[in-house]
Amino acid sequence: MFRSVKLKRGFDIRLDGVAEKVIAGETIPARYGVKPVDFPGLTPKLNVRPGDKVKAGSPLFHDKVHPEIFFTSPVSGSVSSVLRGERRKMLEVVVERDGNDNIDFGRENPENLSGEEVKNKILLAGLWPAVRQRPYHVIANPVRMPKSVFISGFDTAPLAPDFSFILQNSSLEEFRLGISALSKLTDGKIHLVLNGEGYLSELFNQVSRLEISYISGPHPAGNVGVHIHHIDPVNKGEVVWYVNFQDVMAIGRLFGKGIYDHKRIIALTGSEVLKPQYFRVLSGASIEPLVRDNVEKGKLRYISGNVLTGTKIAGDGYLGYYDSQITVIPEGEYHEFFGWASPGINKFSFSRTFLSSLFPKKNFKLDTNLHGGERAFVLTGQYEKVVPMDIYPMQLFKAIIAGDIEMMENLGIYEVAEEDFALCEYICPSKIEIQSIVRQGLDLMIKEMS
Amino acid sequence: MSSLRKTLDKLKPHFSEGGRFSKLRSVFDGFEAFLYVSDKVTFKGSHIRDSIDLKRAMSVVIIALLPALIFGSFNTGLQHFRSIGTEATVLHSFWFGFLKILPLIIVSYVVGLGIEFVAAQIRGHEINEGYLVTGLLIPLIVPVDIPLWMLALAVAFSVILGKEVFGGTGMNVFNPALLARAFLFFSYPKWMTGDKVWTEGLTAGLNIADGYSGATPLSLCAAGDTTQLPSFLEMFIGTIPGSVGETSVIAILLGALILIVTGVGSWKIITGVFAGGMAMGLLLNLYSANSYMELPFYYHFVMGGFAFGAVFMATDPVTGSQTETGKWIYGFLIGILSILFRVLNPAYPEGVMLAILLMNVFAPLIDYYVVQANIRRRLNRANIRVNNVVK
Repeated sequence: MFRSVKLKRGFDIRLDGVAEKVIAGETIPARYGVKPVDFPGLTPKLNVRPGDKVKAGSPLFHDKVHPEIFFTSPVSGSVSSVLRGERRKMLEVVVERDGNDNIDFGRENPENLSGEEVKNKILLAGLWPAVRQRPYHVIANPVRMPKSVFISGFDTAPLAPDFSFILQNSSLEEFRLGISALSKLTDGKIHLVLNGEGYLSELFNQVSRLEISYISGPHPAGNVGVHIHHIDPVNKGEVVWYVNFQDVMAIGRLFGKGIYDHKRIIALTGSEVLKPQYFRVLSGASIEPLVRDNVEKGKLRYISGNVLTGTKIAGDGYLGYYDSQITVIPEGEYHEFFGWASPGINKFSFSRTFLSSLFPKKNFKLDTNLHGGERAFVLTGQYEKVVPMDIYPMQLFKAIIAGDIEMMENLGIYEVAEEDFALCEYICPSKIEIQSIVRQGLDLMIKEMS
Repeated sequence: MSSLRKTLDKLKPHFSEGGRFSKLRSVFDGFEAFLYVSDKVTFKGSHIRDSIDLKRAMSVVIIALLPALIFGSFNTGLQHFRSIGTEATVLHSFWFGFLKILPLIIVSYVVGLGIEFVAAQIRGHEINEGYLVTGLLIPLIVPVDIPLWMLALAVAFSVILGKEVFGGTGMNVFNPALLARAFLFFSYPKWMTGDKVWTEGLTAGLNIADGYSGATPLSLCAAGDTTQLPSFLEMFIGTIPGSVGETSVIAILLGALILIVTGVGSWKIITGVFAGGMAMGLLLNLYSANSYMELPFYYHFVMGGFAFGAVFMATDPVTGSQTETGKWIYGFLIGILSILFRVLNPAYPEGVMLAILLMNVFAPLIDYYVVQANIRRRLNRANIRVNNVVK
């Protein structure tokens, strides 16, 4: 008997530019960037200097607090630059691709290894950052043993890639190997959560040690935080790990082939993409060859990830470590005459204050305009409608703003990540930067609890 | 780009930091934001944002208030012409009333927004839209004959002491519109109570027709004259004396429909208030010590400010309960207290205002207990797990 949860609260933002289910011909970008900023809370220490030759799997930098966590080069070539921002904060380590040299980590069956050996191999190859944890939504602390491991088998974010399509074009054997490696790292269960609305679960029957559950509903039903909350919630002092679906395969490849091959299938999406479709690329790949001659004219916003939680990158920027989606939408730098008073047939909104709510099926082309100025919290009962968890969002945000550690703990800060409240930020009529507030709260907790 | 936009862009530097008119920055920003939605784009977090902003939400409330305002204008004229015993067309009545109410609206906005502009300038914030609604609510809940200087004083009191000292829009404890009314009620009771204040010209008492008393249903009930009440239908339609916007339940329900369909007003609070009123009305029927207590509960819904308070005052998101469970309790208690005050307290014929203001104070307490229940659930979950592990 499978566990099955139906969620009612949430919201699907209907955007133009869903990717066609076709994988484009091989494109091999020449430049790759590994971005320390993809990992919240990380203090990186460089292992290389510009000009150094590296192989796929050579460490580029490591974590200052946990020096055993390496961040490795996705390709062989040479380090071309280290980009730094304000206060010399390291932003990007860029590798120019050259040749096909891999570091050989050795082919091994994880079943024959101890938990410690499996962990060390993943750490060394630079795949450990793919393992993240609640509380705090950061790279998993390798010293702790999690009570369970979660893998989300679907993504409900706007224009998200279709995981069943990705699965059809990937190796289930690698997934199986990855699970078998992960199962060495916990005494608890390994949960795979699938979309309750029709998913081929039979495929996963051959994968042992998997506990399959179903969750259905509007976004954020696919968020791993929502899954954990409903299936095995994190209480104070407990740790749960989670790994992205395609990263499980990368871990499988590490054991099956002995190499760091962090490739994945990504969806290039958004209203400004001429041919939205799927691509096979490596983590950190430059998106430049994907979007060249493939986007509309005008000022555009390139996002690694989805429109709610993704990172703004340049048109020749790099795919984020955790992202399997690129979104391109128009920038919204324009003044709108009496915009707040218009009937709003073309204005998409969660609220029913615009005429657009009469067209519940229509897709919309949305830009980056804020549609208003920042205000105090005024309306209530809005956030609750898009948070399908037993959590009081507004009270939690206020506890964070007040820096009230005990209240944050009481209201469930250990269970959440900024991505779980991305929709609150989207719908907020007061235009409050909610994801930043939540991150600030998580960072404060990390500081206070260590 | 339109010429208006060009003019604004040309003027903008003068109003920015260091410009000639930097002291009027908030005023300029306020007007610019009124004319044009800002060109600001997302910087961090979600890259797209909902089309709704506070201006939109507030304008929905204003639209919801329009039926009550329009009917109120008509009724003001109607009552006036009845009092002097002349017939007038609907349009004539409306126009007469509208011209009487317009100065109230203007004074309310000029004084209130003026203070908001100053406060925004001092704080360096953008101007909040909260007063757009308050500014229209206040003229709708006062007698039409209220002297303008009194209204100005009440507005200033409620905006400065009721709102700005607490930190401005979103931070106030009491509903600002009701606070203004309460200020008038306790400072100038002569202008806020009795039979004469509700009809334009009746206090002055010129050319009044014989037999026109101007008594509101509530004052009739308080005096024990329930037999003299207008018919239920008449009170439902609203052709009775009373505050400008409160008399027509039809117009108010139309507003409620707009608030509920758009999701801007909480249907839970509105339903809660009516449920509470019904419960208390039935309870009083059980005792039936006097004719007021015998009144069927639904009569309470169409008399005085009950419906107006339930739809437009109790639903204020800032001063009401903020949790969804809390909203039911908050609304229900307002309903109960309104009727209780009304029927059992001889000093105040109208109980809704005081009931809502009182519940404003208790809303955080209600929320506190609702949130505590959530915290307890979370702790229990952890304890169950610890016990299982120990076994």
